[in-house]
Amino acid sequence: MARRTARVSAIGAAGEMVPQVSIRGPSWDGRLTVLILFLPPALLLFTLFVVLPIGEAAWYSAFNWNGFGRPTNWIGLDNYRFVPETRAFWLALRNNGLIIGVSLAIQLPLALTLALMLAERFRGAVALRMLFFMPYILAEIATGLIFSFVYDGDYGLVASIWRTFGAEPPHLLASTDTAMLAVLIVIVWKYFGFHMMLFIAALQSLDKSLVEAARIDGATPSQALRHVVIPLLYPTIRLSVFFAIVGSLQLFDLVMPLTRGGPADSSNTMVSFLYNNGISRMRVGYGSAIGVILFAICVTFAFTYKRWFMRDE
Amino acid sequence: MSNAKAIRAPFDPSMLFKMVFLAVVAIIVVVPLLATLFGGFKSLGELRVNPFGLPRHWEWQNYADILFSARYWQLLRNSLIISTLTVALTLIVASMAAFTFAHIRFYGSSMLLSYLTLGLLFPAATAVLPLFIKVRDLGLLDTYFGVALPQTAFSLAMSVLLLRRFFKDIPYELLEAALVDGCSYIKFFRYVTLPLSRPILTTVGTITFVNSWNAYLLPLVMLNTDALYPWPLGIMVYQGEYSSEWHLILAFITLTILPTIVLFLLAQKHIVAGLTAGAVKG
Repeated sequence: MARRTARVSAIGAAGEMVPQVSIRGPSWDGRLTVLILFLPPALLLFTLFVVLPIGEAAWYSAFNWNGFGRPTNWIGLDNYRFVPETRAFWLALRNNGLIIGVSLAIQLPLALTLALMLAERFRGAVALRMLFFMPYILAEIATGLIFSFVYDGDYGLVASIWRTFGAEPPHLLASTDTAMLAVLIVIVWKYFGFHMMLFIAALQSLDKSLVEAARIDGATPSQALRHVVIPLLYPTIRLSVFFAIVGSLQLFDLVMPLTRGGPADSSNTMVSFLYNNGISRMRVGYGSAIGVILFAICVTFAFTYKRWFMRDE
Repeated sequence: MSNAKAIRAPFDPSMLFKMVFLAVVAIIVVVPLLATLFGGFKSLGELRVNPFGLPRHWEWQNYADILFSARYWQLLRNSLIISTLTVALTLIVASMAAFTFAHIRFYGSSMLLSYLTLGLLFPAATAVLPLFIKVRDLGLLDTYFGVALPQTAFSLAMSVLLLRRFFKDIPYELLEAALVDGCSYIKFFRYVTLPLSRPILTTVGTITFVNSWNAYLLPLVMLNTDALYPWPLGIMVYQGEYSSEWHLILAFITLTILPTIVLFLLAQKHIVAGLTAGAVKG
């Protein structure tokens, strides 16, 4: 807020609030009304439905509890011992790692390449941008169902391609070897457009004179790209990586219609592991422990990433 | 698009590569969507031998049966109610908070703002079990509000950040002049801030709507009655019932994603701005 009028501090008023009152203009009574009326709804909703449940997860995770009555069967940190003992947990963690790996190795370069192509103006560029962005706005559930048709061993598109080559169509989603691969392909299909749009937005706000200057100094287009454009995009690349990782840690809706995390837990993500083992069986304590672990991973990651890579933003 | 370039460069291999590359990606994006749309017009037998092409016999019956079923409209109605509630609550609650953060300096302001932005750090799924118990204890299980209130709470962080940024850009002189003329903060909010902020309100509203319309996990946990299911839950039930009658499932998918695609085409500017630039600024 611009400080254009002289202000004095009100003395001894309203406890913690130290309002700065302008000599002319707004009286701080008006502000107090706003403060009392406008802030609490947001804080209340947020505390009640976001912050408290996290705290309660930590509390419930110390019980063996099915959610009915009050939690009484205190088992301390046992749930945290049980979770890493299951193979499914490590599979889910590995799968989240795979998703991040594919996002970095395939999705990001693809999105960046497409953005560089489509940031220029030519007929059809905007239409293509919208087309590539479209999978992102489709519901994960719908996308998952569409691809469970695509992969279907009897009716699907993949089966049809296989048959034209005379081969026996595979049931990709039903095999522990291919289920996660199939999920990864859908992830790239669905999310590359979002990352492309991030890059296009960044490219359009780029200072074009820098590229022109490089070209005048004799840089070839690819040199200008490598030494000028890409470095200018580093903040966006870091952001894109951030979203890819956060997205991987939340992935659930897409997995359910495709595989439900199976077969044999081979395509679980952290959240679908949480759902299958905690929520669907109402094992509140155990599920809360998984939730707390996931929470710890998310928060640790977010803070470390921000500190290491996004210090200037 | 190639004509314009061809005049300048009769043969440009990189241009050719670019066109081919874009075409391949476009095909990969479009084919599953079109196969879904056309699959709904086929019979199951035709789908098996011809999943890619146009239907030889257009089976309008598949779509008609769904469009004339009470079930389809009930799912859309439930989704619409939940999403509208979420959007309305988010816009009201978040804009009020954002206004306070933008225009009123008070002790703890930045601390409270950081507190709200904690919501950006972790997904709703982490605490969904305690959330379920909280909603149950509040007596909201199996109600629209049981889904809409937590969804609002989780959309607050991003919404407040986006709105606050916009509100701060409203010239301070305007507020000052209004206050000198005897306008109260609340009246200023109602008659100046909100009307001036229509673009950002539309953007925030659109993001919240799309997220809520597509949401699966929260309704799955909070709702038990089929009659209250929003469409993502309903379509999973439908798929369970017609497990391998893909022609019907594809028609159902097409009809349920149609509203999203129409909304996208109508409000693409806001959606793209909200989901990308909004994310950058957040």
